[in-house]
Amino acid sequence: MADAPVVIIGAGQAGCQAAVSLRELGHRGPITLIGDEGVLPYQRPPLTKAYLQGDIGIGDLVFRPETYYTEHDISLVLDDPVVSVDRVARRVVLRSGHAVDYENLVLATGSRPRPIPGAHTIRTIGDADFARPEGRVVAVGAGFIGLEYAAVASEAGCDVTVVEAQPRALSRVLSEETAGHVVQVHRRRGVKFLFNACVSEVRPGEVVLADGTVLPADLVVAGIGVVPNVELAVDAGLAVDDGVVVDAWLRTSDPAVFAIGDCARFHHGARQIRLESVQNAVDQASCVAAVIQGSAEPYAQVPWFWSDQYAMKVQIAGVTDGHDNVVVTGDPLTGAFSVFCFASDRLLGVESVNKPVDHVLARRLLAANCPIRPEMVAVPGFDLRTAA
Amino acid sequence: MAKITYVHPDGTSSVVDVEPGNSIMRGAKLANVEGILAQCGGGATCGTCHIYVDKDNTKPLPAMHDLEDGLLCVTASPRQDNSRLSCQIPVTEELDGLVVHLPEKQL
Ligand SMILES: Cc1cc2nc3c(=O)[nH]c(=O)nc-3n(C[C@H](O)[C@H](O)[C@H](O)COP(=O)(O)OP(=O)(O)OC[C@H]3O[C@@H](n4cnc5c(N)ncnc54)[C@H](O)[C@@H]3O)c2cc1C
Ligand code: FES
Repeated sequence: MADAPVVIIGAGQAGCQAAVSLRELGHRGPITLIGDEGVLPYQRPPLTKAYLQGDIGIGDLVFRPETYYTEHDISLVLDDPVVSVDRVARRVVLRSGHAVDYENLVLATGSRPRPIPGAHTIRTIGDADFARPEGRVVAVGAGFIGLEYAAVASEAGCDVTVVEAQPRALSRVLSEETAGHVVQVHRRRGVKFLFNACVSEVRPGEVVLADGTVLPADLVVAGIGVVPNVELAVDAGLAVDDGVVVDAWLRTSDPAVFAIGDCARFHHGARQIRLESVQNAVDQASCVAAVIQGSAEPYAQVPWFWSDQYAMKVQIAGVTDGHDNVVVTGDPLTGAFSVFCFASDRLLGVESVNKPVDHVLARRLLAANCPIRPEMVAVPGFDLRTAA
Repeated sequence: MAKITYVHPDGTSSVVDVEPGNSIMRGAKLANVEGILAQCGGGATCGTCHIYVDKDNTKPLPAMHDLEDGLLCVTASPRQDNSRLSCQIPVTEELDGLVVHLPEKQL
């Protein structure tokens, strides 16, 4: 029902955008955006980039000034987490005991880092403030978070070692070609890598590996993946499977309840996936707002992602996981190239390093479902511009 | 503070006092001026903060680097001689009075 009261749980990237999009689409009823971090909604990507580096401050992280929420009549609760959802009464209860009624509920609770006892993780502003790089740094996990942290630490003059359990970096998210280049760039900056290496214990001043190796460490940061915040959904009896399961319109097993962003598991082609990206949070939020306002359009955006390390800009269009064939364009030796990832003949996505134009065009191509085949890309002088 | 005028495609405009140090993009965002998407948050990698600098502008703007030049070739609204990425122009006191036009679409 359009204009009926909406409650959004989680005032992060997705939740904040859902509230903004609802107003942009003309929702006139009450909107309550409930957060638990005690600060205005803010962006996380700079926490392992410019903010960690000290180039920008908290004021640069917030999406919108406080006046935005008052001017747009969005009730923003900053530090009172939802502790339970009563789906029969359509009511959420906050830690303070305060209750809010809804007609439509949006779960935008995000995810939290998998912890390693004794190691820092980075999800919030406070986390980043407590993990300023110093001395000998060990980053556990060669994923985006760990590598971005390693880049900032190495630029700050730290001695950096990355410990990864898999045989290579970024194995869940990037092709071997792209990931190999990223590791090379780090090595050239003096960052050391230990692959096939498991951490057995983090002690004060050192990290102990499963094979007995002891690495001295002044600061240990873990970036070994996240777990979706699904506890409220589980308690409320909604379908959950590593993420709150949603249909093509981002509805959970209860049609009055939606889930978006890091906490949602949704349909992507023939698969069900969960993504942790700004794009996913923002586009799902816009979609959910439209659905609440009566749209029948299912969610169908092309996923994309970026990561900045040193001056290197890595961008992914599509989801390249599961590819069995790649074609590289540009020249990895110059540090600017793109890797087209195919599952047999079907283009899954394109990974670009310092090639933002390729990235923008690849997104358009994927959105338009253009039939790009490996042999087309492999032709010398292939120009995405003519294909798009 | 520098006064920046953002002219919307429908001809209306928003005049914003932008604190030097912020980009033209960030200035619009902080004042809730719609029409600049800035999907990459100012990284010169998305091309969704496209603006047209007013044709009569005489104020000094920073030179364009390769990434910006490349992205301007693939923006959603067509590139013109006065096209720029607003995230790549830091506001200075000297830019007080600058007028920029927002494109029809960013995506
Ligand atoms: C350090 C870092 C760097 C990143 N870099 C990039 C990048 O370069 N590019 C990119 O695309 N993505 C990046 N991401 C990922 C991106 O930030 C996330 O995917 C995005 O924030 C997800 O949005 P969300 O709203 O789902 O979750 P969040 O932004 O995490 O928001 C969820 C909010 O809900 C709150 N919450 C949870 N439970 C409750 C409750 N019961 N009651 C009230 N509030 C609750 C949480 O405290 C949190 O504030 C990065 C993430 C991190 C942590
Ligand atoms: S904000 Fe992305 S290019 Fe300017």
